[in-house]
Amino acid sequence: MRLKTLNNGYDFGTKVLFAFIHLVSRQPIPDAARLVFYRPDFYGTPMKVFTHLAMRGPSAWSIGDRELMAAFVSKMNACAFCIGAHTATAAMAYQDEAKVQAVLSDLETAPIEEPLRATLRLLGKLTHEHAVNVDDMRAVLSAGVSREQIEDALSVCFAFNTTDRLADAFGFFVPGHKGFEAGAKFLLQRGYQ
Amino acid sequence: MVIEDKKRTAHRAVVIRVLEGDGRAARAARRAAFENAGLGEPLRTLIDKVARQPTRVTDEDIAAVLASGESEDQIFELVVCAAIGAATRQYETALHALEEAMIGKKRSEHASENPQ
Repeated sequence: MRLKTLNNGYDFGTKVLFAFIHLVSRQPIPDAARLVFYRPDFYGTPMKVFTHLAMRGPSAWSIGDRELMAAFVSKMNACAFCIGAHTATAAMAYQDEAKVQAVLSDLETAPIEEPLRATLRLLGKLTHEHAVNVDDMRAVLSAGVSREQIEDALSVCFAFNTTDRLADAFGFFVPGHKGFEAGAKFLLQRGYQ
Repeated sequence: MVIEDKKRTAHRAVVIRVLEGDGRAARAARRAAFENAGLGEPLRTLIDKVARQPTRVTDEDIAAVLASGESEDQIFELVVCAAIGAATRQYETALHALEEAMIGKKRSEHASENPQ
């Protein structure tokens, strides 16, 4: 990462934990995980609470749907690390990689339900233009999406508009297929807390 | 009354922590990074990229801020504040639009139940 302290500035216990994770998963710990362990009281701990609620808390959206939203928002931000991580996690959650790839290549023709498509369209506009208006919301509501589902989707959008920025600003290392698969397995077993 | 969503409470906790809690960067600087406003160069360039074009951040942007006297820990905090600030503006704008749409929906439902 671009700041040396994000590569090395961890206490002994955290370094032992990183080594243990490396041993068990046979992959180096991803930079996204390193970042939340860096001075966790400042950012990592409160952000993990938020992200876990958004991604794994109670919601009418499935875990696969929310991981797909994360991948889609990251695609809009052209954030290579998060596209890879959440494409792998959504594909594993759905057990359907083709569906995830279809959404990322063309939302309008992808084989998904209309409420999810309308919601992704909203998140795409919010991420790209930094704003949405009341008509955009009405369009999603009239596609059959509930107010709670929109709020849930907006929280996923917040988490990944934050994380994508940090990934690119700090220069997260982008692992290969094996690394993303190991990360996806971890995120489906343990979530974000 | 709207029941406060747990995620909104957790969001507020993130924002309050980075802006008002203890840190190595001054609170005013963290606030300025969060708002992407009122910063001098070279910090302004870095923070504006984090907020608006994060894929354009370069090693040189970070090196310039380090050379201007900020520490790595200060940069860590200011970049985090900039990212959370930009994402928060989106989140709050969208929640506001949703609120407006819900008010409009209630009004039209009320009107159709009570035709004049």
